[in-house]
Amino acid sequence: MTTAARPEAMPATPGTGDLLLEVSDLHVEFRTRRGVVNAVNGISYTLHERETLAILGESGSGKSVSAQAVMGIIDTPPGYVTQGEIRYRGEDLLTMAESERRAVRGQQIAMIFQDALTALNPVFSVGWQIAEMYRVHRGSSRKVGYAKAAELMDRVRIPSAKERVKDYPHQFSGGMRQRVMIAMALALDPDIIIADEPTTALDVTVQAQIMDLLSTLQEETGMGLILITHDLGVVADVADKVCVMYAGKVVERGPVRDIYHNTAHPYSEGLMASIPRLDQKGGQLHPIKGAPPSLANIPPGCPFHPRCPYAREVCTTDHPPLYDVAPRRQSACHFWEEVLAGGN
Amino acid sequence: MSKDIKADPAVPADGDPYGERIDEQPHRDATPHAESGLSEGAESVGTAATGGAVSGRSASLWSDAWKELRRNPLFVISALMLLLMVVIAAAPGLFTNQSPRACNLANTVGRPQAGHPFGFDIQGCDYYTLVVYGARTSITIGVLVVGVALLIAIVLGCIAGFYGGFADTLLARAADVWFAIPAILGAIVILSVFNQRGLFQVAFVLIVFYWPVMMRLMRSSVLGTKEVEYVDAARALGASDVRILRRHILPNAIAPVIVYATITVGIVIASEAALSFLGVGLQLPAISWGLMISVSQNRILQDPHLLLFPALFLSITVFSFILLGDALRDALDPKLR
Amino acid sequence: MARYLARRLLQIIPVFFGATFLIYAAVYSIPGDPIRALAGDRPLPASTIEALRDEFNLDDPLPVQYAKYIAGLFRGDFGQSFRGREVSEILRQRFPVTIRLGLLAFAIEVVIGLLAGLLAGLRRGSFLDNLVLVSTTFVISIPIFVLGFVAQLVLGVRFGLLPVAGLREGWVSYVLPAMVLGSVSLAYAARLTRTSLVENLRADYVRTATAKGMPRRRVVGRHALRNSLIPVVTFLGVDLGALMGGAIITEGIFNIPGIGREVFVAVRGQEGTIVVGIVTALVMIFIFSTLLVDILYAFLDPRIRYE
Repeated sequence: MTTAARPEAMPATPGTGDLLLEVSDLHVEFRTRRGVVNAVNGISYTLHERETLAILGESGSGKSVSAQAVMGIIDTPPGYVTQGEIRYRGEDLLTMAESERRAVRGQQIAMIFQDALTALNPVFSVGWQIAEMYRVHRGSSRKVGYAKAAELMDRVRIPSAKERVKDYPHQFSGGMRQRVMIAMALALDPDIIIADEPTTALDVTVQAQIMDLLSTLQEETGMGLILITHDLGVVADVADKVCVMYAGKVVERGPVRDIYHNTAHPYSEGLMASIPRLDQKGGQLHPIKGAPPSLANIPPGCPFHPRCPYAREVCTTDHPPLYDVAPRRQSACHFWEEVLAGGN
Repeated sequence: MSKDIKADPAVPADGDPYGERIDEQPHRDATPHAESGLSEGAESVGTAATGGAVSGRSASLWSDAWKELRRNPLFVISALMLLLMVVIAAAPGLFTNQSPRACNLANTVGRPQAGHPFGFDIQGCDYYTLVVYGARTSITIGVLVVGVALLIAIVLGCIAGFYGGFADTLLARAADVWFAIPAILGAIVILSVFNQRGLFQVAFVLIVFYWPVMMRLMRSSVLGTKEVEYVDAARALGASDVRILRRHILPNAIAPVIVYATITVGIVIASEAALSFLGVGLQLPAISWGLMISVSQNRILQDPHLLLFPALFLSITVFSFILLGDALRDALDPKLR
Repeated sequence: MARYLARRLLQIIPVFFGATFLIYAAVYSIPGDPIRALAGDRPLPASTIEALRDEFNLDDPLPVQYAKYIAGLFRGDFGQSFRGREVSEILRQRFPVTIRLGLLAFAIEVVIGLLAGLLAGLRRGSFLDNLVLVSTTFVISIPIFVLGFVAQLVLGVRFGLLPVAGLREGWVSYVLPAMVLGSVSLAYAARLTRTSLVENLRADYVRTATAKGMPRRRVVGRHALRNSLIPVVTFLGVDLGALMGGAIITEGIFNIPGIGREVFVAVRGQEGTIVVGIVTALVMIFIFSTLLVDILYAFLDPRIRYE
């Protein structure tokens, strides 16, 4: 993993470019035979040009579902977006007709997924799959499509791109496949790329290469990047701001540097503390006690209270809103001042 | 050749046919870190227990399956139906007080009437009694064939899957040869040269043709399970091969084979009926549903009751086994946990 | 791809010899007198038995017998009945009828089966889906000979819709037997297609295609379909063997003069040599067809080509 952020990689101050995406109070639920699962319970965030927003959380926190809601690829039934707005350049995607929404999908907002081996169609060549973007959305001919595909593969640093255009996904290594996915997402110059755990399935060294690639591409194109991950290290490297999610809600939000330096929410504090550190050698590990709640059965009040060292009576009854900790920084904890003061 | 299992025609595969299961979030991601969105009390990433209660986990596969089965109405119906058939097979005297051999030619092909709900056959025997006694033959042959074939398949499949190498190649080639001969054709040829075709001869031939598929299934199951880390862990702790097979691999690997075996009982029963119908299965004076239909072939168009009753029982029995197998599969499918 | 093909071809050869040897050995080397066994209850004079023993080389050691038998096969000699009818002649005369029946049954199986499976898979949980599932389970449970008789009774005799026996009315005579012959296979094909489609519609690559902004029709019809059909194609190939067995029963019941009926009659008439001869021919065809299926499979699934 590369070390802390590279100052020269951010020519413009993040947050000052155009506002690309504004998610407000998004709620997504899944209606199943055994009950309703509240996967996303009111999250809000914004994304500007050239910005990298990290959405950080464990499995079951709702982070992937929220991204899928933005893309509009949640299967309905059983999934339903019950509340909220998703504004892309001012227009609410949720109220658009499906045909309009489909025009945005893939062309203006693109997504890359975790496991490229299963995310790519095994029976079509990678060139075919990348070229598909051009053939379907731009009406290009097959020849033009493949030529563009080769260009893109080159741009994402796949060696011998021209020769490998007709190869199949299983013939590539994990890292190369992920590059193919990135090439596919990049094809029509989207404004936003959402990367859902792009490096989780990869080796550490390859992880670094992929994250580097994404950063570089972001510089070149000025696009916004939403990075969904559970890896604190990746967030530290690459993101400008972070939303920490728990049980379908944002529990802390703000610039990465500030939050990492001093957390204002017990959950984030627990996450930071649980990272094994070199200077702790020989000591005990400190995981967060307990387990995340089932999204079909979220505890009343603050969803984190069963596991929280700061929990008091009020936490079991009053759900904490996002308190302002600092300009552009919020925390959903009644006792955030204590957490901030306690500090790590 | 992983395609074989899915392609096997005798395994009617279907997911969630009766919508009994919870719908997962539409897309299941490949890695364990993937978002499930519906995990009910799932272990948190930080404290995942790898290889923790291993035998605990495999035991819970079966007990979980049982709990789910109990709630599935189709399982209950088919299980009850089969229980009934087994009881009929074991104790036909409970269901009829006549003897299947008490025939009176004067009653030849009599229609259903009072005291003889299924009518009479060509020889004037009470058809109801014949059908009842026929159950014994069918159930016996089904269970016998599948039981023995399963045993062979489990042993050989474990050897092939676990040890691999030469034994595996040999068995794979042997199975290939078997698969090249369609079961019915092979059975017809072999049985046509037997002069005496009793229960055991017919069962033997059927066993010969059904063990390869089960062995292949077992083998690929074992191959899939043995790569797991807890097997390596057990081995590092000094467990013997047999112990590893018995405690760690078998309980999980055996599930698909059991499902297949259940459905196969139905298929075997149908096969015996078909063979008897063709004239290469059981011979008179054996009582078999297929034989009963075969014997009445020429009169069926005029006296349909001769076909109706054995066919009904035959179909219901096979149907129940298939339903049972389907229910078992749904309950045991790890993807739906 | 070439290597894959070469490998399959090489694998077919031992399978061919193994299968034919198995049949041969099962028939000609059982304890007791094979001639007697083949002849059943038919009384044979000693001289005929001697002549037949000589003909079948039964006094030679088994491997030699088998070798001569295989040599005969390659010359087109599939044996003869006890009355001297050449099996190869029977094959030549009767095969075309069975091929027509088989093709019609196969067409019914593929068209209706795949269509039903696809529709059921696309409208999962709907009334249509449940209808398909229940009806296919029924069809699979009912033995094919029962289906044959029921079809004759209901559609033929009761309602007089279709001919029930013989070939007197031209191609229409093939319809009912073909429907019966294809029915069980159709049921399996429909279920397999449905399951395969449902599984593939859930797959990650379908999500990716949707995320790329592809229209639903393309996602299902292009991306999911190709993957879904792969196991179905394999099944159709394997199913040919079941069709062969089914043809024996169907041709027997409907009195269609194909090779299936020849086997049906030969079994009852205890003409063991005819049974063995025809079955051997069928097995050879089956083995060849599995090779064709493997080739088709490699075309559809690139992952196999590079194994």
